[in-house]
Amino acid sequence: MHDKPILHVVNLKKQYGPGCAVCSHNHEVALEKNRCPECGTVFACNDLSFDVYPGEILGVVGESGSGKSTMMKCLYFDEEVSSGEAYISCYEEGETNVFQESSQKLRHIRNTILGMVYQNPVLGLKMDFSSVGNIAEKMIAAGDRNVNRMENRSKVLLEHVHIPIARMKDEPKKFSGGMQQRVQIAKALSNHPPILLLDEVTTGLDLSVQASVLDLIKTIQQELGISMIVVSHDLAVIRMLADRTMVMLDGRIIEQGLTDQILENPQHAYTQQLVYSLI
Amino acid sequence: MKNKTHFALMDEGSKKEIRRATLKAVAIPGYQVPFASREMPIARGWGTGGLQLTLSIIGKEDVLKVIDQGADESVNAVNIKKLVHHTTGVETTTETEDATIIQSRHRIPEVPVTEKQIIVLQVPIPEPLRLVEPSEMKTKQLHGEKEYSGAWLMLFEQIMKYGKTATYADHPVFVHDRYVMAPSPIPRFDNIKMNDSKALILLGAGREKKIYAVPPYTKVTSLAFEDYAMEVESFAGKHCSLCHSTDVFLDELVNEETNVTYYQCNDTSNCLATLNEKEKVVEVGIGNA
Amino acid sequence: MAYVAVKGGSEAIEESIKRLTFERIHTQQVLEIEAIMAGMQGMIDQVMSESSLYSELLAALAIKQAQGNMEEAVFLLRAHRSTLPRNYYTRVIETDNMFVERRISASFKDIPGGQILGASYDYTHRLMDFNLLSESKEAMQKWLLEYEQESQHSSGALTLQSLPKVVAFLQKEGLFPTYEEDQAEPLDVTKRSVQFPTTRSERLQILTRGQTGAVTSLGYAAIRGYGAVHPTVGELRVGKLPLTVAYPMDRTNDEENDLYIGQIKVTEVESFIPITTKNEKNEEEIEFEIGYGICYGQNETKAIAMSILDQALENGNQDYPTHDEEFILMHIDSVESTGFISHLKLPHYVTFQSKLDSVRKIKKGTIQHEK
Repeated sequence: MHDKPILHVVNLKKQYGPGCAVCSHNHEVALEKNRCPECGTVFACNDLSFDVYPGEILGVVGESGSGKSTMMKCLYFDEEVSSGEAYISCYEEGETNVFQESSQKLRHIRNTILGMVYQNPVLGLKMDFSSVGNIAEKMIAAGDRNVNRMENRSKVLLEHVHIPIARMKDEPKKFSGGMQQRVQIAKALSNHPPILLLDEVTTGLDLSVQASVLDLIKTIQQELGISMIVVSHDLAVIRMLADRTMVMLDGRIIEQGLTDQILENPQHAYTQQLVYSLI
Repeated sequence: MKNKTHFALMDEGSKKEIRRATLKAVAIPGYQVPFASREMPIARGWGTGGLQLTLSIIGKEDVLKVIDQGADESVNAVNIKKLVHHTTGVETTTETEDATIIQSRHRIPEVPVTEKQIIVLQVPIPEPLRLVEPSEMKTKQLHGEKEYSGAWLMLFEQIMKYGKTATYADHPVFVHDRYVMAPSPIPRFDNIKMNDSKALILLGAGREKKIYAVPPYTKVTSLAFEDYAMEVESFAGKHCSLCHSTDVFLDELVNEETNVTYYQCNDTSNCLATLNEKEKVVEVGIGNA
Repeated sequence: MAYVAVKGGSEAIEESIKRLTFERIHTQQVLEIEAIMAGMQGMIDQVMSESSLYSELLAALAIKQAQGNMEEAVFLLRAHRSTLPRNYYTRVIETDNMFVERRISASFKDIPGGQILGASYDYTHRLMDFNLLSESKEAMQKWLLEYEQESQHSSGALTLQSLPKVVAFLQKEGLFPTYEEDQAEPLDVTKRSVQFPTTRSERLQILTRGQTGAVTSLGYAAIRGYGAVHPTVGELRVGKLPLTVAYPMDRTNDEENDLYIGQIKVTEVESFIPITTKNEKNEEEIEFEIGYGICYGQNETKAIAMSILDQALENGNQDYPTHDEEFILMHIDSVESTGFISHLKLPHYVTFQSKLDSVRKIKKGTIQHEK
């Protein structure tokens, strides 16, 4: 990992609540889990700093409520951060803190640099539009105005994620959960994004379907060399996909390193508990 | 109690406010300017936006033409014309060439308009993104960010489903490469007339309280993908049963006795003009013989 | 195609209007404006409220001209309103100073100043009174005489006094938060179109101008399950309010020099509504808030419904349409909704032709496709 990181995040913070004199200045001591006992403010993401390198999969593991999903929403600009910085190496040469950009520019970054696959497909897809329309939406947003080109690209992507072309005009609401996730992945990939965000994409799927979706993600990463952040509460998923892993608890990163290292030799008590429960 | 109506009905304060909104609309082509729409003596949805524009810009020297879906004699056109004449005393006409202000519902006249004329279009739903996004607050933001994927996606879906776009009247246009705009429910046939128009086009939505404009010589293109052009209504092989014109928008009629479909010019004043022209030619021909 | 031949539309319209006049006068009964004003107060109040123009005379004239058709009468007054320059705003009115004719509270049995029932249908049996088919002036006079004698004998003679608000007593007990007075100039929705999100002053204006039926129905929906408002009528009062404007030549803005311009009768409602708030510790707590309703004339149901919708919109809730300000405010105006519905009667030949063309082309396409 000698390259410059493709995504460089510094002190990402997302809080719900006004904050007070106690938690704004010295919250290290004061918080109960991630909540200020004085004013009740919740710090969903508390000073997260990390890097993602070109072509790697960064795994994020932690229990529900640890702030993983909020972090992903902040990175995809669904939620506004309370404070913090993020730099993307292929956006303005990595010199601009993207969290400070206008909503118009954020839209552009989302449409051209990022891809997102949500745990709940309803958030990522228009359930009443055709699958091909769903995939094209992202290309349209990025400025494509050629129907044939977009249709052909959609076909390639659908094939790639193993959806029969005969069903490309069907609406996702007619699909199974696993198929919906695959359409989401196809959509997220439509503009060749250098960074792909995957939030609990296999949660709630049958085990066999889980395995096929995970396989797909692994294949895509190997073939296209896309950098990914994969969030899961399931360490097995992380073990299968991630090169490096960070462990989150109560809105903080408590441990990060090579996935193998973390699995072999967990340092933090919480990580140890996670790892042992896996065996 | 005051019982005589003011010139052009509205008090001057109201007219000024509408003219200010209009100037802003001209300055930002295709942008919907909110205004405090007044209640008019005709019902909302019957052209109160257009009427307020007409009343706020009309002067004693103007000549007014009003058309409704192409016809000068349609009930609502007659009614609006009567009201404006009643409150201003200005002359009205059915001849497109003679008019300085042409208020129209859902058509642009067949006769080319000039720099000396203003077209006022009545608009029922000014928001081209309304079908994609019901909330006004959100559509305003989408325009601000020039985010029109929703409108394009709708067309894309139609092509996927039907093999072509399935819009009818009110096919959205792109104005000055900036704002997506509802051209009002004119047929696609008329969209082309908006591009590089010599006349100023003002659009007014009374109920939705918006004014917008296409200034003269402004680029207006219909939303269409590179490889799927917008198709206008076609009347190939058909002609007006009265004046035999072919390159005009036709109304479809059915002969009650024979049950046979026939066609007639939708623009009635143009039809009459063509007929008169032909008669003249015939008369001249007879005179020469 | 009956009503848009190439020619002849004008004549047809003239004849239609004549027919309308015929229908109004063919029985040759002159409906006196005085009679409408004397006996149709309910209609006058509704028309004034929905048209947001307070003039009993003009409302009566509009009712006469519209032959009692309410949407038409409101429409006439609204259109008339557009022709009138608006030069002044009145001074802010304190409704504590209302000359109360009726005042009830559903929250407290014993309110300072007492419950004043006044005139109301609430306690009547809705039985047809067939005596009214042949009412005589003599019988009226007799009834009036008896009524006068009765009231002379009754002990508590009516004294005009300013009654304190019910909410003031709760505030004293600390059960209601006391808000700082908001001195911001309200936005006039008739001079500037509303922009979303709206301010409360804009919402209240649109609600009070709303069509009685629409406001009532949506207020009903908001308490029946398509909304989350659970109101109690803290106070409903009906009475007259004096109006004054600042003397235009007076640069000192001294209220001593104000000009009295008349009085208006209004219905005012303050509903007490429990809501959940967060305290300083970010913990949830229950507090009372006021839903406010006011309208011209005696329109009690509308005023109560307005107070419900005011509260619903004040605490927007994504789950219910009745808490969505665009849904409510864009659809309750009489002139706007009746206008757009009625415009469907206008010819749509061009638009329909365009639709036909599109449908035919698609059909043709699919048939060729199938071949």
